Amino acid sequence: MTVPETETREESRPAIAVEGLAKSFGDVTAVASATFAVSESELFGFLGPNGAGKTTTINMLTGLARPDAGRIRIAGIDCSRNPKAAQHLVGVVPDESNLYPELTGFENLCFCASLHGMRKEPRRTRARELLAMFDLEEAANRKFAGYSKGMKRKLTIAAGIIHCPPILFLDEPTTGIDVASARQIRQLIADLHRNGTTIFLTTHYIEEAERLCDRIAFIVSGRVVHIDTVPNLIQPVRERHTMQIAFSKPAAGLGEKITGAFPDLDCSEPAGNAIRVESAEPIRVGPLVRFLEDLGLEVMEARRLRPSLEDVFIRITGLDAALMRKEKEKPGDAS
Amino acid sequence: MTRWIAFWNILLKDMRSYYLKPPNISWGLIFPLAWTAMFFIRSGSGLESIPMLLPGVMAVSVLFGTTSLLAVTVTFEKKGRSFERLLLAPISLEMLMLAKTTGAILFGVINAFVPVLIAVFVADLRGVAWGTVVSAVALIAVSSTFLGLFVAVSVSEVFEAQTFSNFIRFPMIFLCGLFFPVERLPVWLQPLSHALPLTYGVDLLHGAIRRAGRMPPALDFGVLAAFCVILFAASLRNIRRRWIA
Ligand SMILES: Nc1ncnc2c1ncn2[C@@H]1O[C@H](COP(=O)(O)OP(=O)(O)OP(=O)(O)O)[C@@H](O)[C@H]1O
Ligand SMILES: [Mg+2]
Repeated sequence: MTVPETETREESRPAIAVEGLAKSFGDVTAVASATFAVSESELFGFLGPNGAGKTTTINMLTGLARPDAGRIRIAGIDCSRNPKAAQHLVGVVPDESNLYPELTGFENLCFCASLHGMRKEPRRTRARELLAMFDLEEAANRKFAGYSKGMKRKLTIAAGIIHCPPILFLDEPTTGIDVASARQIRQLIADLHRNGTTIFLTTHYIEEAERLCDRIAFIVSGRVVHIDTVPNLIQPVRERHTMQIAFSKPAAGLGEKITGAFPDLDCSEPAGNAIRVESAEPIRVGPLVRFLEDLGLEVMEARRLRPSLEDVFIRITGLDAALMRKEKEKPGDAS
Repeated sequence: MTRWIAFWNILLKDMRSYYLKPPNISWGLIFPLAWTAMFFIRSGSGLESIPMLLPGVMAVSVLFGTTSLLAVTVTFEKKGRSFERLLLAPISLEMLMLAKTTGAILFGVINAFVPVLIAVFVADLRGVAWGTVVSAVALIAVSSTFLGLFVAVSVSEVFEAQTFSNFIRFPMIFLCGLFFPVERLPVWLQPLSHALPLTYGVDLLHGAIRRAGRMPPALDFGVLAAFCVILFAASLRNIRRRWIA
């Protein structure tokens, strides 16, 4: 290497560059040799089930955990040896709210701003601005301990962006909050993205990743198994035709019968009273429904499914996306 | 500048949230007073014994004043994860931990002067070398704070921090020459006494208040300063090893 890399400032320099990153806790391999790069202003999704190693990766990138191996560069700064070197460029929204319960919302935001060296007036102005943006004005002077889960989540996000960091790490920002708040947060993420913030987003909501992200990495059991742009990821399933058929009662074991009669169809049983059939060719609904009714089943609905990232995820990881979603939504699981 | 804004606000937050709370303030006043009364009654002598009691009472007040809240300001915040915010702040770990301990140091120093404030009205304190007293109290406060910090960052639970700091504090009070002069301790306990920072602090105070130091003040200062550096470095090492694992 002839040019010292911290000196180079060319356009293409990645905001986050990770090489062979690894971390174990005793026998548990949390992250196994992850390699990826996030370009400047990119919204990069990190998608994986529980325990895949998403939070551990964020902790290593932000200086809260020490990697066993690998190299980390944030905005060209080598953080492998000094994890604090790039912290002034980074904002972090952790998976669990970690603000001070005894401070009010307003005080919490001002305190977090001061940690980044913001002076009194600018931080008060910015705190008020963010409280208004997140509809938390009325709760501004209430103690954080008394906030609801969704309010806590929103204030934690506000605290992560109060110093306008060029690089933002979001660990499952929409988990455990109501639909309207989640939509508001997604809108905010999209706005930050539009304004040029580099965003590293972990999530288990496949649709969220699909809607928001430029590129997505699938992480399973600590391994980054696939990285690509959303259109490229969906390409292989776009040519597939998928149909979901619902019955009046459970229809277990139907897959074999269908593939026996229609060899060009693939069949899966995602949930209870429904099956999903897939084919490279357009599916002819008439014969299929007649076949099912001849088996004594009452067909309630048959509809075409838009090819989605969920199909890709299932295909690449071999995981059941519905199961992953359910696991995450156990009450009290997220905060 | 960034660093100092962060430093000041961390200190201010700890002061507001913990140190300046009414229960803590009253505890900080009652505790030294109770010690003074206890020593006074025990000694059974008149007001002229006050200068003899003062060094011990001051030392104990500093010790408890500095170490009582570190289990909360450090261990509890770590457990509650808000400490992660501080670890994510773009300031060095040294600076961060100084900000987290300055409150304890100040509180300890203030505690030490509560008994002095009473003593000036009832006893003759004209012979006291105040310059030495103030610097000794400051050094005792720093070394006991860092001792408390070391305990607070070596455990994971608040009750562990409290238990271990009592485990250190109470034997230290008995061994540092406060109840009995170090020479009167059993011979096998004397080396242990010399391994405790408070022994040197108490010796400094005895020297400054009633000209009865056993060791040269320079030695006391030197050893106390060495304790401060070693305990702070060991605490930082533990944070890096255990909390940024
Ligand atoms: N401090 C720790 N000590 C021991 N094991 C840990 C620790 N942190 C993480 N792990 C383990 O490392 C693996 C990855 O955990 P991590 O929290 O990174 O997963 P995740 O993808 O964020 O999961 P989730 O979706 O549940 O948040 C898990 O098996 C977890 O049990
Ligand atoms: Mg996680």
